[in-house]
Amino acid sequence: MMFNLLIGASLAYVIFLFSIAFFAERRAEALRKAGRAPRLLRSPLVYTLSLSVYCTAWTFYGAVGYAARSGLEFMTIYLGPTLVFVGWWWLLRKLVRAGKAQRVTSIADLIASRYGKSNAVGVIVTLLAVAAATPYIALQLQSISLSFNAFTEDQPVAPRQLALYVAAGLAVFTILFGTRNLDANEQHPGVVTAIAVEAVVKLVALVAVGCFVVWGLSDGPADVIARIQSAARPEWEIQPSRWVGLTLLSAIAIVTLPRMFQVLVVENADESHLAAASWAFPLYLMLMSLFVMPIAVVGLDRLPEGMNPDLFVLTLPKALGQEGLAMLAFLGGFSAATSMVIIASIALATMISNHIVVPLWLTSRAGRGQGQGDMRALVLNARRLSIGIILGLGYLYFSVSGGSRALAAIGLIAFVGMAQVLPALIGALYWQGASRTGAATGLILGAFIWLYALFLPSFGPDVVLSAALMSDGPFGIGWLRPYTLFGVAGMDPLLHALFWSLTINAGAFVLVSLFSYPGAVERVQAAQFVNVLDQGRRGDGVMTPGWVRGGGDSETEVEDLLITAQRLMGDTEAQGFFQSEARAQGKEGYLPDATPEFLDRLERTLAGSVGTATAHAMIVQISGSSHVSVEDLMAVASEAAQIMEHSAQLEAKSEELARTARQLREANAMLQKLSVQKDSFLSQISHELRTPMTSIRAFSEILMDEEGVDADARIKYAGIIHDESIRLTRLLDDLLDLSVLENGQVNLDIQSATLSHLLDRALMASTSVQPERRFTILRQVADEQIALKTDTGRLTQVFINVLSNARKYCDAADPVIRISVRRRGGRVVVDFVDNGAGIPKKSQALIFEKFARLTDTHQAGGAGLGLAICREIMHNLGGDIAYVPGQGGAAFRVSFPAEFPGTKEASRTAGGARPQGARRMGRRQSDQGVDTRAMS
Amino acid sequence: MDHESAGAPGAVTRPANGNATHSHARPTHQPGGGRTILVIEDEPNISEAIRFILHRDGWTVLTHADGRDALERVESCHPALVILDVMLPGRSGFDILQVMRDHSGLRAVPVLMLTAKGQAADRDMAMRAGASRFMAKPFSNAELLAAVRQLVDA
Repeated sequence: MMFNLLIGASLAYVIFLFSIAFFAERRAEALRKAGRAPRLLRSPLVYTLSLSVYCTAWTFYGAVGYAARSGLEFMTIYLGPTLVFVGWWWLLRKLVRAGKAQRVTSIADLIASRYGKSNAVGVIVTLLAVAAATPYIALQLQSISLSFNAFTEDQPVAPRQLALYVAAGLAVFTILFGTRNLDANEQHPGVVTAIAVEAVVKLVALVAVGCFVVWGLSDGPADVIARIQSAARPEWEIQPSRWVGLTLLSAIAIVTLPRMFQVLVVENADESHLAAASWAFPLYLMLMSLFVMPIAVVGLDRLPEGMNPDLFVLTLPKALGQEGLAMLAFLGGFSAATSMVIIASIALATMISNHIVVPLWLTSRAGRGQGQGDMRALVLNARRLSIGIILGLGYLYFSVSGGSRALAAIGLIAFVGMAQVLPALIGALYWQGASRTGAATGLILGAFIWLYALFLPSFGPDVVLSAALMSDGPFGIGWLRPYTLFGVAGMDPLLHALFWSLTINAGAFVLVSLFSYPGAVERVQAAQFVNVLDQGRRGDGVMTPGWVRGGGDSETEVEDLLITAQRLMGDTEAQGFFQSEARAQGKEGYLPDATPEFLDRLERTLAGSVGTATAHAMIVQISGSSHVSVEDLMAVASEAAQIMEHSAQLEAKSEELARTARQLREANAMLQKLSVQKDSFLSQISHELRTPMTSIRAFSEILMDEEGVDADARIKYAGIIHDESIRLTRLLDDLLDLSVLENGQVNLDIQSATLSHLLDRALMASTSVQPERRFTILRQVADEQIALKTDTGRLTQVFINVLSNARKYCDAADPVIRISVRRRGGRVVVDFVDNGAGIPKKSQALIFEKFARLTDTHQAGGAGLGLAICREIMHNLGGDIAYVPGQGGAAFRVSFPAEFPGTKEASRTAGGARPQGARRMGRRQSDQGVDTRAMS
Repeated sequence: MDHESAGAPGAVTRPANGNATHSHARPTHQPGGGRTILVIEDEPNISEAIRFILHRDGWTVLTHADGRDALERVESCHPALVILDVMLPGRSGFDILQVMRDHSGLRAVPVLMLTAKGQAADRDMAMRAGASRFMAKPFSNAELLAAVRQLVDA
């Protein structure tokens, strides 16, 4: 009965969390689309509460047990973080700033990024983190199954079976919310909100039990203090060495644990939240620790001898008949355990996929060029698999270790493991001389000592390490015994391992750094990290002088970069990014120049998805550019802030000059091009008009003469004259149409229609072009049900033209045209992609020009004005048509507002002038970000 | 002009490559006298008009529509005159003319250039490249005939 109730309560609670995460995610998404920041979801309060993933089941249940066994020593676990948040606030700020500026995705990524964007260092940290987190996750599984069985003494469930279900359930939850999409900032608003709610639940639960103990079972605080004093035992004596050691250890843990880094840095939305957290988080910890001692003392007093003190929070109210309170306590513990597991597995999965899976995949494909597939699926599946593996490892540890030892001991083992990252981390932020080799050496040595002197012995003699080795040392070498390294005996094993691993780690790190010469990328990154606070508040403002143009065909590189970016960020995001970069450079289309600034911004953007080292490697591989020039090294070498600032100003100025010069050059080139275009336009018109006129004149003269012209020939020649006059008329119509459209004097016929109908009509009409070819048309008719209010005739004309071109030029054996439709706010985007050879790069810029026929007249069957007219029509409709490179065939993107922007004013103003105005404004808007509505 | 005994144009047999041969027996007293003229022109209607006019005048007319293999065609059919369009697919008329003028066997063949662009620059270019005569489209049939007769008899 009790068991069923418990399962029901847990399930209901999980569903509750699920809905919170779901709605928070939805809300964040909706707000982001509307261009607003989710204020509540991203508030200092939620941030602070999310930091409470520090308080796991170990703190919830274990602290009381700890207090019952060792007195006030449990306080050290809270003392360390408090000292860091209150006293070392500046360190956290620097960490968050550097993390944001470099867009790091995990602690492994931060270390890898700082030490020369080296994946090797990232792999070391990742492996260390997985090893350290495994016992910690096992600990959470253990606490949940222990708490279950505390409730159901009469019908105990096999703890392993229970832990298995819990692990599987948590894996599902984490996969659902932690790997929904590949966010460019690696943030998970839904999960963070759920964690914040769990933080409240565990605090309320613990405080409720505490109040019950102080006022329900005792006579208020004074009585409790008296009981504590009388309950004091000899082993509760304060041991200064352990106090110092444990405080230090928990202080280190708060910055190095992967899950803490995830909530502290990666999920941080605003650096200023840290200021609030610096007093609010210690307050939270204080409240969490306030009732630990009273519960421990009263529990020892009231409960029978031999009860596990780790479960006093649960068993005390239950033994005294407070079933409701016990249930609340159970949910509090459940919250503590689940929040830790979820965040830790998200953080670790990110590390595994970014540092191990994706680099392996890249290496395996290095010789085979860039495929077309969507890499996001690969990354996400890698993360899903990693989450499964991490929870599986946790479960395995729980099964193997038997899950019997005290909770606190296991947690501390994990702390010491992750503490190995500290020297490299501090060096990353404060010492420019720290080198990759040094960091790697320190990490490896520290990790090895941790494994040898603490982690492996923790399984007990003869499980991993033999009992003989534990008591006599390897090969009988006494000073190498795990618990008494170098003959230092009599120390607590934990402190012993902490002391030796950190000492040797830090020593090796410093020594090797001093004697190794850092590479170029490393030096630049070192300056970036160490000086991060001097580089302005905004993360974007940080300049990485980095990329140097490589040789080769830059347009090809940029197109390849676009293809890669599409696979990581998704088509829309990637194209949007490239388009805005191109526009910032004053270029049309989707391919910006591969300037160092562009490459740098692209790298940072990609880093959000796959980590710094991988993003860097990908760009180097594709663009052939190398990183870091001599000037950059000079900039790094001059460490005086003044010189840095001065050179930055000069750089900005010379950059501005270069930009102005480039704009002038472009304007000049444009003028020359226009002049040449005008001449060639006239010459083209002359040719296009004279050709049909020649036939007309020649055949009319033949017919006038009558000599030698029989009846058949007469009919044939009259027919030619007729056809050629029609050709002439059509040409003139096109020319006039174009001229009217270009001058914006067109009368638009605004009507309502459904997009799918217009596409139906256009497809029907375009089949008259080469009717003998059978095309497969791929459509998502459901997406096309968009109500339009625009000049439907003109829009259909554009569709027909694009489709006819595809029918004419698509050279595939089984030609396919894919039409895909999306809505972006009020705009509609229609892509037409065929599976032919596409348009050569050098011609892509030409096709929208007048008479820009790429093939000969007879194949084209027109004067070459079609796409020029299309472009003018789309501009008149407040939209655009563009060629999208890198889609595997010719791809045209037609985008336009679903409702023609001039609809309302058109009735007021004279119909003619309006669209031109709309078009001009549209351009101005893109240049300067002016809101058109406010101006009109 | 004497058109009295001009034969009616016979049925035109047009091979798949778009080039046509018209080699009817014809009266030798006509101005053309059966001599061969090669018309290199990509617009089928214009080339048909020229063919008709010249054929009526007693010439044997061959037509060719592509710039790429035009030179081979000139070499293989030994025409008395080449009528050459400027805007051809594959290779421009100017280019073909230049090669002909550098070619010992073809240097003497008179070339009448036709262009639809009709600008002074095009005329200069044609003359520099070695055209015997330059005519802008549209042309008068009579003028074309006169030019052909003059160029062949010169």
